[in-house]
Amino acid sequence: MFHKTKSALFLVALLATGTANAQTNCGATTGRVNIVGNEFPAIRSVAAQAARCQTGSLTVRSNLTANHQRINLAGMQGNPAEYTSAIVATSSIVELINNNVLRPLDALVAAHGADIPRNQLITIDGRIMAVAFMANSQHLVYRKDILAQVGAEPPKTYEEMIRIGRTLRERGILRNPIGGAYQAGWNLAQEFVNMYIGHGGEFFRPGTPEVAINNAQGIAALNTMKALSELMNPDFLTHDSNATSAEWRAGNVAMMNMWGSRTGVLMQREGNQPQVADNTTVGAPMTVGGGRIPATTLWWDGWTVARNVSDEDARATFLALKHGTSHALLNAETMGQAVWMIAGYQPAPVNKGVMDTMAMGAKPYPMLPYMGLLHTALGDGIAPFLQGRKDAATTLADIEAAYRTAARERGFLR
Amino acid sequence: MTISARRRPATLNLLIGICLIAWLLLAIFPFVWTLWGSFKVEGDFFSKAGWQNALSGPLTQLEYGASFTGAGYHGAWVKEEFWRAVLNSLVVVVCVVVVSLTFGTLGGYALSRSTYRYAFWLLIVALVFRAMPPITLVSGYLLPFYRLNLWGHLPTAIIVLVAINQPFTLWMLTAFFKNIPKDLDESARVDGCTQFQAFRHVIIPVMWPGVITTGLFSFLLAYNDFVVTAMLLSKQNQTMIPKIASFLGTTQTEGNVMFAVASVVSVTAPLFLLVMFFQRQIVSGLTAGAVKG
Amino acid sequence: MRHAVFLRFFLPTALAMLTFIALPIVSVLVQSVYAPHERVVVEVENCTPFGCTKSTVIDQEATRKLQEERPLGRFVGGDIYADRSHLAFGEIGQAWRGAETWADFGRRVMTLPFYKALAFTLTYMLFVTPLSIMLGFCVALAVNALPRMLRGPTIFFSLLPMIVTPLVGALILFWMVDSRGIIGSAVQWLAGDDDLSLKASTPLTWIMLIVYGTWSTAPFAFVVYYAGLQTVPQDTLESAMLDGATRWHRIRYIVLPHLLPLTTFMFLIKIMDNFRVFEPIVSFNAGAHAQSLSYFIYSDLAGETRLLSSAAATSVLTVAGVLVLLSPVLVRTWRQFGKA
Repeated sequence: MFHKTKSALFLVALLATGTANAQTNCGATTGRVNIVGNEFPAIRSVAAQAARCQTGSLTVRSNLTANHQRINLAGMQGNPAEYTSAIVATSSIVELINNNVLRPLDALVAAHGADIPRNQLITIDGRIMAVAFMANSQHLVYRKDILAQVGAEPPKTYEEMIRIGRTLRERGILRNPIGGAYQAGWNLAQEFVNMYIGHGGEFFRPGTPEVAINNAQGIAALNTMKALSELMNPDFLTHDSNATSAEWRAGNVAMMNMWGSRTGVLMQREGNQPQVADNTTVGAPMTVGGGRIPATTLWWDGWTVARNVSDEDARATFLALKHGTSHALLNAETMGQAVWMIAGYQPAPVNKGVMDTMAMGAKPYPMLPYMGLLHTALGDGIAPFLQGRKDAATTLADIEAAYRTAARERGFLR
Repeated sequence: MTISARRRPATLNLLIGICLIAWLLLAIFPFVWTLWGSFKVEGDFFSKAGWQNALSGPLTQLEYGASFTGAGYHGAWVKEEFWRAVLNSLVVVVCVVVVSLTFGTLGGYALSRSTYRYAFWLLIVALVFRAMPPITLVSGYLLPFYRLNLWGHLPTAIIVLVAINQPFTLWMLTAFFKNIPKDLDESARVDGCTQFQAFRHVIIPVMWPGVITTGLFSFLLAYNDFVVTAMLLSKQNQTMIPKIASFLGTTQTEGNVMFAVASVVSVTAPLFLLVMFFQRQIVSGLTAGAVKG
Repeated sequence: MRHAVFLRFFLPTALAMLTFIALPIVSVLVQSVYAPHERVVVEVENCTPFGCTKSTVIDQEATRKLQEERPLGRFVGGDIYADRSHLAFGEIGQAWRGAETWADFGRRVMTLPFYKALAFTLTYMLFVTPLSIMLGFCVALAVNALPRMLRGPTIFFSLLPMIVTPLVGALILFWMVDSRGIIGSAVQWLAGDDDLSLKASTPLTWIMLIVYGTWSTAPFAFVVYYAGLQTVPQDTLESAMLDGATRWHRIRYIVLPHLLPLTTFMFLIKIMDNFRVFEPIVSFNAGAHAQSLSYFIYSDLAGETRLLSSAAATSVLTVAGVLVLLSPVLVRTWRQFGKA
């Protein structure tokens, strides 16, 4: 820990001198840049790198907070907007697009972004709306020592995972061998989204906001989740990713579906029992129900530019963030912070899971204007089924009803 | 009460003692446990393997070669510069208490001295205001505050906290002022003082106890507020509680929970001195007021 | 006091409350009867680093004109209040027609989110309000019997549940009640059941939340009562003692009546606060077992796509609920006001 602290301090010192003395030439000299985004190390690094573009007439500020989703819209609706850029993810860009506060980047990319790899550009209806810089996904994490005890290969499907889990319980090796972030709310809904996609389901009738999850795939997805939950700690409905990680660290769990961004710290010796740290292994995401597409979703994080700012500020923002997510960002400290989509990035073994997810052709999280409403309805509605208080069809019907109420309010449905 | 204390039978004393110790254990235990645990690593303090680990600290032992470590404190105060948040909090808390009490004493005094019915209705309206969930109010502020360039500054958060706290302050202080005999300021009026002069020269000297008690609750509100400060303050102006929240991590990233624990422990100690200092006033304050609600 | 003078004294607080509470309340009321315009959805192709997919977006051009004509949105009157997420009149009617027995009707109504949340909110309020006030009173009596030297530290320690920020306090308590935590293990040992988990069962979660609510709000009642006890007229107590009144009689007939106004004040505040219960549910990750009205507001506002009108309607319903609950106390205060 002290070692880490020292290197972090060193980095801060380095960044400080960087901003003070050696001004980076980002191509922009005047304007105002103000970035709003989530707070975690990878995004902090991006903001710090963008801040190096600061000159006497170009200000670069940032407001990174876990609350970013609740303030970014209001902060971009004024004219001029307080924030010239929001760092968003697959799901959170939707509300900004719904409210038309993002500036299409085509002109700026044509003028200043010829060197940005095409696959980093997020295009919606043919217009570039964001530039992605990192990827994330959920995938298998397992304890190789425990699986070896029962002679099992790492599971490739959820059915195998359940089978191995039952064996581990029957042999008395672990009481609750499977872990998962099943906390009622956002996390639980996310697991349903994974499982439903894995079963080949479509959330809506194509091209419409008409929800369609009360079907065979939906029921199969719920049943798989229930079978998994029976092998989890009985408190699973209160376990977010933090609690799931804590279970893992205590050595109570042998297999789980976990965010790639959270596996690194589980494999470090620092803060973990050596037995757990040394045997934690990252695997590819699993499929379910004989499907070929893995039961998981791909996520990107990217930056945007606000619509309601002057062209000068937009240009400055574009150039500062382009620099913030350029090759210059990568060094020994930042390399391991994320799965960067930046030239020169070298994945570590811990990133294998996310790389595999991409290689297996997993679907991205649906970027639909009304997906957030369904996600909320799912998060509130699934728990009674897992508690055994409702059957699968009623659960799905109730979730659909809750979604329809919300979608009617937001004007998606009549 | 001193007389009755002397005559209290031994069995009753014993019973009171046992009950009080039981309550104190309940009240203190989580904090003492936190104090102890703040010197461990997260894996021990929040051990999912067994609670005994929080006492013995095997992982702390493994990582630092000792059963205790100051890493949480070092991380919070040095690496994450928690002191900045403490300074901001200090500004917010002091201003909220001072402004709240200034507005509240003036308004409460007026309410207590008015004999018109509208004074009652104003109190009821204040109550309705207090019934509104703060989270709804705060969400409504965002857009206008951004448009008017008020968002992110300490004074904005301060005035919002003052306003949200006014109904409670008004109710409490009105009750208090009602217990200060009207004759006091009325005789001052007879001597030729204006109402304000009467307030200043006659009421202010005797109101402190009640004001300090109300101040304690304003203090706790501003000190522990999360909803307002987390949504309305920019990064530079962040106060303690949002800062502590930022140590806790998000769904997709791991936090530094021990930083949060160490921060909480280190800001509780000064409060002990504060309560010791003001406890006489708290007591005598309510002695004089608030009793005839 | 003359009106003009009154106004001068009352102006600062009135301005603060009007700007930051009354105005937002008006906007909340307006918000609750308007909903966003109907959105035209068009099918498009989106490309991300993970390939291109068919998707949909809102047709901004089609929406803009509507938005400019009527910036508040479309007027929906009481529709939001009546929809399934709120009072659910339609669903209640269906349940009424479809139900065979009262129990069946109750079961059907309890699947509706608003009523399910109301059930928990009311239960929580009905238990926590009297329990925390009674506990606070007992502690105040006990502390009052202590020698002066010990009172200062005791007051501070008794205040601790209120001082430690719920953000971290609840995190620690959440661990403590875990089946491997210190309280969870103690409960398992007491019940003699190794599989018992406080977080896995709905009734136990409710009890846990109620106990936590009582624990964390008792200090408020304690401080107020302790101070109130200092004002009990000593001469009345002494003369009662001379008349041979027992200790219990003195509490029952002198102390309690003396503290009655304080008790009213606290019931008022506590009923209001407990009806808006929110923090314990979030802190204990108990959303699967218990929801409250404030929890709905939070979930409407915190989702990726915000439901402002729904949150506004729930807020108005919360205020209405508080007023209904407080009306007996308010009528009492009204009568007293005339006497004061």
